[in-house]
Amino acid sequence: MPRAEHIHAPPLIGLLRSASGRFALFFTAFFAAAATAAAVILWWNTAGALERQVDAAIRADAAALTDRRRMPTVEALAVAIEDRLALDVQNEALYLLLAPDGAKLAGNLEAWPSEANAEQPWIRMPLLRDGLVSEARILRLDMSGGYRLLVGRDVAEKLRLRGLLSEGIAWAASASAAIALFGAWGLRRALERRLSPVYGTAKEIAAGNLSRRVPLSDRDDEFDRLGRIMNAMLDRIAQLMEGVRGVSDAIAHDLRTPIARARAKLEEALDGARDEAALRAAVEQGIADLDGIARVFQAVLRIAEVEAGARRAAFAPIDLAPALADAAELYGAAAEARDQKLVSDLPTSLPLVGDRDLLMQAVANLLDNALKFTPDGGTVRLSAELSPVLVEIAVADDGPGLPQEDRARAGERFFRADAARSTPGSGLGLSLVRAVAALHGGTVTLGDTNPEAERPGLTVTLRLPVG
Amino acid sequence: MRILLVEDDAEVARFVKKGLMEAGHTVEHAANGRDGLFMAASEQFDVLVLDRMLPGGVDGVRLVETLRGQGNRTPVLFLSALNAVDERVKGLKAGGDDYLTKPFAFAELLARVEALGRRPAAEVPTTRLKVADLELDLLSRTVTRGGKKIDVQPREFRLLEHLMRHAGQVVTRTMLLEKVWDYHFDPQTNVIDVHVSRLRHKLDKGFDKPLIHTVRNAGYMMRAES
Repeated sequence: MPRAEHIHAPPLIGLLRSASGRFALFFTAFFAAAATAAAVILWWNTAGALERQVDAAIRADAAALTDRRRMPTVEALAVAIEDRLALDVQNEALYLLLAPDGAKLAGNLEAWPSEANAEQPWIRMPLLRDGLVSEARILRLDMSGGYRLLVGRDVAEKLRLRGLLSEGIAWAASASAAIALFGAWGLRRALERRLSPVYGTAKEIAAGNLSRRVPLSDRDDEFDRLGRIMNAMLDRIAQLMEGVRGVSDAIAHDLRTPIARARAKLEEALDGARDEAALRAAVEQGIADLDGIARVFQAVLRIAEVEAGARRAAFAPIDLAPALADAAELYGAAAEARDQKLVSDLPTSLPLVGDRDLLMQAVANLLDNALKFTPDGGTVRLSAELSPVLVEIAVADDGPGLPQEDRARAGERFFRADAARSTPGSGLGLSLVRAVAALHGGTVTLGDTNPEAERPGLTVTLRLPVG
Repeated sequence: MRILLVEDDAEVARFVKKGLMEAGHTVEHAANGRDGLFMAASEQFDVLVLDRMLPGGVDGVRLVETLRGQGNRTPVLFLSALNAVDERVKGLKAGGDDYLTKPFAFAELLARVEALGRRPAAEVPTTRLKVADLELDLLSRTVTRGGKKIDVQPREFRLLEHLMRHAGQVVTRTMLLEKVWDYHFDPQTNVIDVHVSRLRHKLDKGFDKPLIHTVRNAGYMMRAES
């Protein structure tokens, strides 16, 4: 199986260049965005919540300490601070109460930190306690009379927790990025693998091997649908090519002979006509031969036109019953002239969507054939039946019939059964009938009229779908 | 009749022109669509014979469309090497009156040109057609000859009507197939001859002057032999 070229390109550029790669990368990005959203929510609900909790505790503590009713004097405040520090077993609380002259009245902070002079009442500052670096969250409160108070918490514990959380998220993010990239690569591989038979087929067809078809899996998924549609398209193209080839073959082989014949006759007349009458006869014969060639040519082209399906545009709802009656009437006179009987058995109406001219020509060809091969005094039957889905038109004769082995070949262009070689005709009549039937989505079958009889006759049945 | 032939193939043009002139018509020839359009628009003709495909940017269909756009109703016969049925329909839709596929027999062309040229300009509704002692009543759908009623089938009536409407003109087998049976293909057999001879037999029985004449290599003509 040939692989597409860009599989061998450098990985990342290759990935970006291929639609499946971009598709996979898009999903990676999507996946990453989802993971980021998850991390943000996790952060907000854990580390963020802890911080908000600390701030709330500080705020409540500060509010209690600055409540005038409970702390009427600075001394009472100092005592309250010392009490709180004494009760703080976790050793997290931080306080500092300064007198207007800068003297420390209470608290466990050594000195007024420079960070506390900022505009903002909330500050965050590094803290050195028991020889360990930590971090503090502090609220500054300016009280009446020039007293200043700092209320804070040592957040080292929370900080550690936050560190752990960040580390966890980072690991999770890298892991999911790796998984996503791996998934993207895998997705791309899978897409490539499913598409490479299509590339391969298309490439071989482009190289001229029109018989190739896209292999289908039995999964019946989008790729199989694509493959099936491509195969249907290729079948159609092959059919059209076949039609063109048929026409050129016909021109190459089957028109050469009559042209050669006509030419030979004219040449012979030119050289050796005894008198004017003979010359005249030869020229007339030459013109008749040329007309015959033109007729064959026209029939070949018409068949090709029908087979190409170009005439489907002329489809219209028609009633075939009067048209068939017309055909029976047209050929009835010819039958009568040869003492043959043309019996028709037609329903009153045969509604159908199709091309009237072509269907008439097909039926005319069948009647013409039947009358040609029926002996004088014989009978030809034109009958039609309408079922809910099908119109069935049958032309039955009681002529010599057609041997089983010739039936499959009847309908090939220019095929003439051995027995028919002595009758006039081009061997194109049934080809057209077949082509017209196929254009209408119908079929043509050949059978015996009377299987038991010595002369079985031939019945040609044209089945056309109504819709 | 004065006929304009627009045909780019010199040999076909010469042959058609010579034949039409021998039949007693005046023929002007243009070798491309532009000249043809100019002549057709500036002069009076009885029939235009146009090749479907013409050099010079104006093809047959365009030429007819332009003429019809100017209100010119001169009958048009298309000559075409395009055999596809759709092409015929296209030509007739554009305003052509008849369509003949190449190669053609000159007799066929002449018969069609004369049928077009002698067409009554305004379709006067006739109820009776008469040729010699043969009368056809379109209302009661009866045929009488010398006062004697002749029984004809509906299709024979239409065949007779067509022949009588073109009395004195050659009517070819394909013209009858197209006009009487509405078949636009070549049935490759002599089906028409059988119908005509049956009709002829009915009309001429008991009378010594035949009315439907066979024209060798061409078709039939309804004519009162004088």
